[in-house]
Amino acid sequence: MKLSRALGASVFAAILMTGGCDTVWHPSIPPVAGPAEFPTGQIARGAELAAIGDCSVCHTTEGSRPYASGRGVQTPFGVVYATNITPDPETGIGTWPESAFRRAMREGVDRDGRNLYPVFPYPHFTRATDRDIAALYAFLMTRPAVHADTPPNRLPFPLNQRFVLTGWDHLYLRPGAWQPDPAHDADWNRGAYLVEAVGHCGGCHTPRNVLGAETDGQALAGGEAENWYAPPLQAASPARQGWSVDSLTAYLRTGFDAGHGAAAGPMTAVTAELATVPAADVRAMAVYLTSMMPKPAPAPVVAHAGEDPVFAGACGGCHGPDAPMMRNGAPSLAMSTAVNAPTPRGTIQAILQGLPWREGQAAPYMPPFASVLTDAQIAELAAYLRSAYSDKPAWRDLPAEVARVRGAS
Amino acid sequence: MIRLTVNGQQHEVDAEADTPLLYVLRDDLGLNGAKFGCGLGQCGACTVLVDGQPVFSCLTPVSVLAERQVRTIEGLGGNAVQRAFEDVQAAQCGYCIAGMVMRATALLEHNPHPHEDEIRAYMSGNLCRCGTHMRILEAVRQAAGQGVKP
Repeated sequence: MKLSRALGASVFAAILMTGGCDTVWHPSIPPVAGPAEFPTGQIARGAELAAIGDCSVCHTTEGSRPYASGRGVQTPFGVVYATNITPDPETGIGTWPESAFRRAMREGVDRDGRNLYPVFPYPHFTRATDRDIAALYAFLMTRPAVHADTPPNRLPFPLNQRFVLTGWDHLYLRPGAWQPDPAHDADWNRGAYLVEAVGHCGGCHTPRNVLGAETDGQALAGGEAENWYAPPLQAASPARQGWSVDSLTAYLRTGFDAGHGAAAGPMTAVTAELATVPAADVRAMAVYLTSMMPKPAPAPVVAHAGEDPVFAGACGGCHGPDAPMMRNGAPSLAMSTAVNAPTPRGTIQAILQGLPWREGQAAPYMPPFASVLTDAQIAELAAYLRSAYSDKPAWRDLPAEVARVRGAS
Repeated sequence: MIRLTVNGQQHEVDAEADTPLLYVLRDDLGLNGAKFGCGLGQCGACTVLVDGQPVFSCLTPVSVLAERQVRTIEGLGGNAVQRAFEDVQAAQCGYCIAGMVMRATALLEHNPHPHEDEIRAYMSGNLCRCGTHMRILEAVRQAAGQGVKP
């Protein structure tokens, strides 16, 4: 817990340096009683925005009712539980007026005036428009109310003292409305807004600093999510074949693209949600993201080394050159972003966990190999994949990385 | 020659390194309990245990098993799971049942009193095309009360 003490101390220092105690305190906003009514169109737009923002990934858990919370998000500092955002008056946000909801989205402060932890991506939501926040509010306030308490967070002192977050906010929360860039067209600006504000893609795809904030000047430069590799979405994109607007739109809406592969790990839920929103919104996001990426180039040819017996026995039935999956249009592993990435983490995770069945959906699937292969065998297999399917330099310290990823999974 | 230990017995088999464990069990060792279903790790008919964990033997290269313990349905000797599957008549055609029994055995060895959700989540890797899943689940519930030892 030395790290957390040190972090706490620096946050205290930050409070003293940047604002003093007058801003530690946020007023409570008086509760409102009874359900409000909202126009149908506003609720419908709220549903789309909630899907773009993927609220349910944290605010719904397996077995919980929608938006009734309970998911513990593992952070480097401890576990923070997502709250109940159904309109239940006692355990949810049923007594929150829209002004309180807007303050939570913009400033990371709940109705009572308590700071929220930045696992809740208010540094992104702070850019959302009044209109979109109102639509999200309308959508959430018309969900079925569920009485469900949120478990207490598991954080060490002093991070369990919410006022320390005021210091964090002074350092890292940059309030202010989204500013469109007049050098780009409406589609690009729409996409930029959805990516940066509501979609909060940087939550995973931007590297975080020692205090858990997205690193300045490194927006979308690649990060991690639940110990999975989240690739860069800008110039440093390691995609073997560049993303076009069409291919990225298709990937984001289906979780699969024939030139790149299948969404895995935490990205699976993101693509499942984006499948439900208007294609124009997803396309705008793709327009913005691809504008920062390297231009699409023809797929390179990667020479295969001799076959590895573990690959042949465990992987070849699907990923081998003549396998049925390949004849059905799945991309070669040479196209895999995970295989071409600077870190082996995505490849190791895919081998360990596979891609679980998505119940009731036609979606990519891969069996897990965590119980089949030892750490040493996975390290050798990953090294083989890298040498046979990528012209990038070999990964270093593979055995240690496999042990680390397995231990944390 | 490739070494492996199945149901406590050591074997040396003459097989290529990439040969699936399933083929070695059936063709070289005469252990025909595990079945070939899809060959792609999707159906679970070939499920056996490696160091106590269920694996798809169709996707397990035999050469990765040198120091590890393989268990097949032939090694269970009529455990509580097998008896419960018989009691509730969980099998229709029976093709998936060896795999189901092995997966259920692994579950109950590690978690003797699973919740319904845990049973369903754990068993979801194995499919039954006849549709006797409800009886299979009933058998797992019944076996859970009777104690399954490794």
